[in-house]
Amino acid sequence: MKINSVKIISLLFFVLSVFYLYTAHQIQVFAFDEDAPFNAKTFPIYLGYAGMFFSGLKIVLPDQKPIEVDPTYLEFRKTILLVLTMIVYGATILKVGFFLSTSLFLVFSYYFLGERRWKYIIIFSFPFVAIFMYLLHGVLAVYLRDPLLKYIGIMG
Amino acid sequence: MIEGILIGLKTALSFQNLMMVMIGCFAGTIIGMLPGLGPMTAIALMIPITYGFDPATGLILMAGVYYGAVFGGSTSSILINAPGVPGTVATSFDGYPMAQQGKAGKALAIAAYSSFAGGTISAIFLLIAAPSLSKVSLSFRSPDYFGLMILGLTAVAAFSSKGNFLKAMMMCVLGLMLASVGQDTLSDIPRFTFNTMNLSDGISFVLVVMATFAMSEALTIIIKGNDPSKAAKQISLTDLGSIKIDKEETKQMAVTIPRSSILGFIIGVLPGAGATIASFLAYGMERNFVKSEEKQKFGKGSVQGLTAPETANNAACSGSFVPLLTLGIPGSGTTAVMLGALLGFGIQPGPRLYETNPDIFWSVIMSMYIGMVVLLILNLPLIPYIARILAVPRTFLIPMILFFSVTGIYLMSFNNFDIYLMIGIAVVATILRLYDFPMPPLILAFVLGGLMEENLRRSLLISDGSWSFLWDRPLTLCIMLTILLIIFWQIYNSYKSIKR
Repeated sequence: MKINSVKIISLLFFVLSVFYLYTAHQIQVFAFDEDAPFNAKTFPIYLGYAGMFFSGLKIVLPDQKPIEVDPTYLEFRKTILLVLTMIVYGATILKVGFFLSTSLFLVFSYYFLGERRWKYIIIFSFPFVAIFMYLLHGVLAVYLRDPLLKYIGIMG
Repeated sequence: MIEGILIGLKTALSFQNLMMVMIGCFAGTIIGMLPGLGPMTAIALMIPITYGFDPATGLILMAGVYYGAVFGGSTSSILINAPGVPGTVATSFDGYPMAQQGKAGKALAIAAYSSFAGGTISAIFLLIAAPSLSKVSLSFRSPDYFGLMILGLTAVAAFSSKGNFLKAMMMCVLGLMLASVGQDTLSDIPRFTFNTMNLSDGISFVLVVMATFAMSEALTIIIKGNDPSKAAKQISLTDLGSIKIDKEETKQMAVTIPRSSILGFIIGVLPGAGATIASFLAYGMERNFVKSEEKQKFGKGSVQGLTAPETANNAACSGSFVPLLTLGIPGSGTTAVMLGALLGFGIQPGPRLYETNPDIFWSVIMSMYIGMVVLLILNLPLIPYIARILAVPRTFLIPMILFFSVTGIYLMSFNNFDIYLMIGIAVVATILRLYDFPMPPLILAFVLGGLMEENLRRSLLISDGSWSFLWDRPLTLCIMLTILLIIFWQIYNSYKSIKR
């Protein structure tokens, strides 16, 4: 048996299924439901076994089409930077407000992906978000929480 | 039925709904055209917007997006040989060579007319088949539904996973696991919530769809370093040539369209098969039907080679609505997304939808016709302009997709936890995508999870805990035998390919 990335993912899935099955057994059901043909933990228990079965088969059986992903061709740096930007965006969107956090998220994302034309970066961030907000909040009456704009007095 | 058609026409032809069809077709075309982004992503991005409308309008918008995205996928197949969706891969076999010969405009026109014809013919079939099947499916019971759902999952895993059956089944289980998070629907007992209130209502369907499709597709494009704008330079996107089709070509199309439509519709109705298989089968079938001199042209810019897959994939799209509207069971990933959106509106599709919400049932069918007309009128003259979207650099495209995904979830919950959860699921989905783990089975399973558990609960309670309900009724037995057949066929195929 050759160890490759797919086998490792399958092994992780097997571990996840075992953990899922263990957690399913821990679900507290009502006393009168304990011996019922079906209760809140019946379906998850079957799912746990199904996950173990399919991932177990994937680990044991030889690969039909082995997939080789060459890490040298993968853009890890850009992807990680984008994910981190999204996390920061998620953390600030409620506190700082939609307008500023979204505009900054777009500016940094464009920059991290290699865009250096500042004219376009600016057009497709601050004014774009302002128009988007106007359409959503002003036209479609979709509530957008923005403490900053509220504090300044732009948004009601 | 006539009354229903009139109700549907009245709803679909209202100003707001007509606008929605147009916006949907247009937005779908643009999103579907971008390589890597298919109808599922297009619909996923639209879901938060649709919740602001009534269910009929929301569904009409999504249907428009669906057709538009399939059409858009053909455009990128023809112009840059980069199919936006798997269903349009066969289109590129003859569409791209035609474009290379300087006949890009003609190829796009053939694709547009074929899509229109295929979609319209199969919408007529849908009109006839859906009400009849609705009546038949009223006799279905819980064990049959449970069996049908397993059949749907197995079939999607078998047919949509390109030989990765086990991977697809793992994704099905993962989808079901995600669906089981939250309070149990009957007893309200919390499951897999790890004592956090954020998970007590379960994981939102929109969150999972956005994470596994829109967001992870965007991340996959980045991590793989694919640059669609580089590929777009192969053919001039400003001079596409004439869109006129001559008499001889019209004749060839007239022969191909009817048979490809019928094949596409039948394949579309089958769970799991969908537009991809329909287009490949239609291409293969057409190649066998044509004369030997025409056969030589296949792969080099044949009119019939382009017409057949384009007709079939659109016909399959309409066909895939049959199980969704009549049984409440989606046959494909895209219709699964639609089912999830419908459930979000508080509507349960199925045999009773025909009686309880005739306006929705019929307006969706009628809006398909209108969508086809809109696609033809709106998109054909605009193709030269829309095609330039293919040149949008990914440096702007990807952040926009990520922004719409995060905003979609933010608008629904105003909760940081949901955004973090979405990013986490998207990262895992991106890694899984890199190693060819298919995502449609995960979404289908996630949508069907609750319904499956409910039907299993009823079946087991009725049979007092015995699993004999799986073979007690002839219908359930037939469904179970079909499932076994698919599984053994997959095992046999795997065994054969390993031996080779």
